[in-house]
Amino acid sequence: MNIVVLVKLVPDTYSERKLSDTDHTLDRDSADAVLDEINERAVEEALQLKEAHGGEVTALCVGPDRAVDAVRKALQMGADKAVHVSDAALHGSDVITTAKVLAKAVGTIDGVDLVIAGNEASDGRAGAVPAILAELLGLPQLTHANKVTVEGDTITVERATDDGVLHLQATLPALVSVSEKINEPRYPSFKGIMAAKKKPITTLTVADLGLDPAGVGLSGAWTAVLEAAPKPPRTAGERVEDNGDGGTKIAEYLVGQKLI
Amino acid sequence: MVAERTLPTSEAEDLIALVREIARDELAPKAAEHEEREVFPRDAFRLLGRTGLLGLPYPERFGGGEQPYEVYLQALEEVASAWMSVGVGVSVHVMSCYALANHGTDEQRDRWLPDMLAGDLLGAYALSEVQAGSDAAALATRAVRDGADYVLTGTKAWISHAGHADFYTLMARTSDAGARGISCFLVPGDTPGLTAGAPERKMGLTGSTTAQLHLTDARVSAQRRIGAEGQGLALALSSLDSGRLGIAACAVGLAQAALDEAVAYAKQRTQFGRPIIDFQGLEFLLADMAAAVDSARATYLDAARRRDRGLPFRRQAATAKLIATDAAMKVTTDAVQVLGGAGYTRDFPVERYLREAKVTQIFEGTNQIQRLVIARELRRA
Ligand SMILES: Cc1cc2nc3c(=O)[nH]c(=O)nc-3n(C[C@H](O)[C@H](O)[C@H](O)COP(=O)(O)OP(=O)(O)OC[C@H]3O[C@@H](n4cnc5c(N)ncnc54)[C@H](O)[C@@H]3O)c2cc1C
Repeated sequence: MNIVVLVKLVPDTYSERKLSDTDHTLDRDSADAVLDEINERAVEEALQLKEAHGGEVTALCVGPDRAVDAVRKALQMGADKAVHVSDAALHGSDVITTAKVLAKAVGTIDGVDLVIAGNEASDGRAGAVPAILAELLGLPQLTHANKVTVEGDTITVERATDDGVLHLQATLPALVSVSEKINEPRYPSFKGIMAAKKKPITTLTVADLGLDPAGVGLSGAWTAVLEAAPKPPRTAGERVEDNGDGGTKIAEYLVGQKLI
Repeated sequence: MVAERTLPTSEAEDLIALVREIARDELAPKAAEHEEREVFPRDAFRLLGRTGLLGLPYPERFGGGEQPYEVYLQALEEVASAWMSVGVGVSVHVMSCYALANHGTDEQRDRWLPDMLAGDLLGAYALSEVQAGSDAAALATRAVRDGADYVLTGTKAWISHAGHADFYTLMARTSDAGARGISCFLVPGDTPGLTAGAPERKMGLTGSTTAQLHLTDARVSAQRRIGAEGQGLALALSSLDSGRLGIAACAVGLAQAALDEAVAYAKQRTQFGRPIIDFQGLEFLLADMAAAVDSARATYLDAARRRDRGLPFRRQAATAKLIATDAAMKVTTDAVQVLGGAGYTRDFPVERYLREAKVTQIFEGTNQIQRLVIARELRRA
């Protein structure tokens, strides 16, 4: 099975994340960057499917040069090869442009049976790229998957909702986006680190994909962030003295906050 | 603050990044609870084993990572910084593979080493006895040849991982010729006649099981003798030269953790209307702690680089063990001081760090014995 898994470099959720003052895009240099955790799960799912059915896993990344770190992590975990689209023109791209670029990049890989993405990146949190990409590629989309099974050319996924579990089924080729609950991603091993050094990474520009650099990036975006403010510092909070009615007071507080 | 390192290769940088991630996400969150409950974290070693950390300094052809000590020790330091018992355990495991890896025959190495380095198995090193601590040559456990086997009888003491280990690199007496009457055996953990005693009730490092190992007519194949009869003590001592570098690295990791805790606390704790880090009396204490950590790290790395180049390093290893473990004792004690009353409680980790630091001045040769080794090398030079 030929699997493409989308990977993204995001600011580490352990470090403080900022938007740049000038254009309100993410300040990618201010924080430690890591492979997004949801993408680790996507890679893990791809590797498990490969281990069960054979084939090849290609990591696909759209992002600046340093995003090669995310690509490398995917290769260290066990992906076989990678495609990295890196172009200064892409700075500030919205979800539609990102999906267009991804679609073109998927097109450079032969015989793709399955595209796996995380359902939502931990930085932008639009959660729309997998669906848009499926539309652009003309693939059935099985999003928010908690479980994936492939038998022959039939793919089945489970999606947990508040009302119950949905079973989605499609014929390959297809696109799946995975949720946080799908699996526990493996750590790379030192052998994986060594092996990754020899795995091929194809680096492409927007022009290589046959797209017009003027149509991508901040200028081509359909959405714009007009204003951004840092979140207010954490306040000391409220102290509840327990005089035998602590439980009631906490419940009242939570009701007041509309949390229960 | 993460320790600033200079690493020789990009794969070493990736390795350290991976170890930090595992240390932060998998080890550090579990340390306090395991230490409090005195539970041996066998699973933590499985995870590190799968990652390749139990075989880092050994040749690739046996499944090791073929990394220089300069790199292995810094990875080990990161592990110990998150969880001392696990760091010490990795060091003990690596030391327990030393005799076979460096003095086994090709046949012995091909047969056993790959499994010992693959990560599923955990090793132990059994030299000490109740009456043979600093004076290891006084050990009395007997190994008597009987046909194709040796029959082992006696009691080893203070054995880290006793009862948990899958194999023991064990020194026993094959003749009465004093230091030259000792031989080295690779003893399977499930050997009939081999049992572990009750764990010692220790001051610290409580997640790491330490116990006696009783041998009652325990049969070990003669094929499992590493090196010649009588060569055992020499093998044991040269294992310790490398093992001491591991303990030095663990001590530095522990000291770094204490320093980080102290600096973070001193920045946010205010007294007299100011963060306490702004008082020179305290700031100088922190500066001395940082200087102790940095110089201890530099000392073990110098010894490691000598080892990596094939130069003699026995004296430098003893120096590194002495300097790094004394530094850990001082830095952890001062970290308790920086946290004041809070530091003296079990709500903060520094009192545990202090208790963990103490043992590093005792095991793998007390710091008095390190001075003895250094002085002997001076006399010989
Ligand atoms: C937690 C823990 C884990 C251990 N793990 C292992 C293990 O895995 N495998 C193993 O084989 N051993 C292990 N040991 C044993 C350890 O190596 C010994 O405790 C150590 O070598 C000291 O021996 P001893 O305790 O008998 O002290 P002693 O040798 O009785 O020493 C007592 C004191 O006398 C001093 N002293 C002794 N001789 C001299 C001298 N010639 N000159 C100056 N001072 C001297 C010592 O420095 C010390 O201060 C472990 C010990 C501990 C506490």
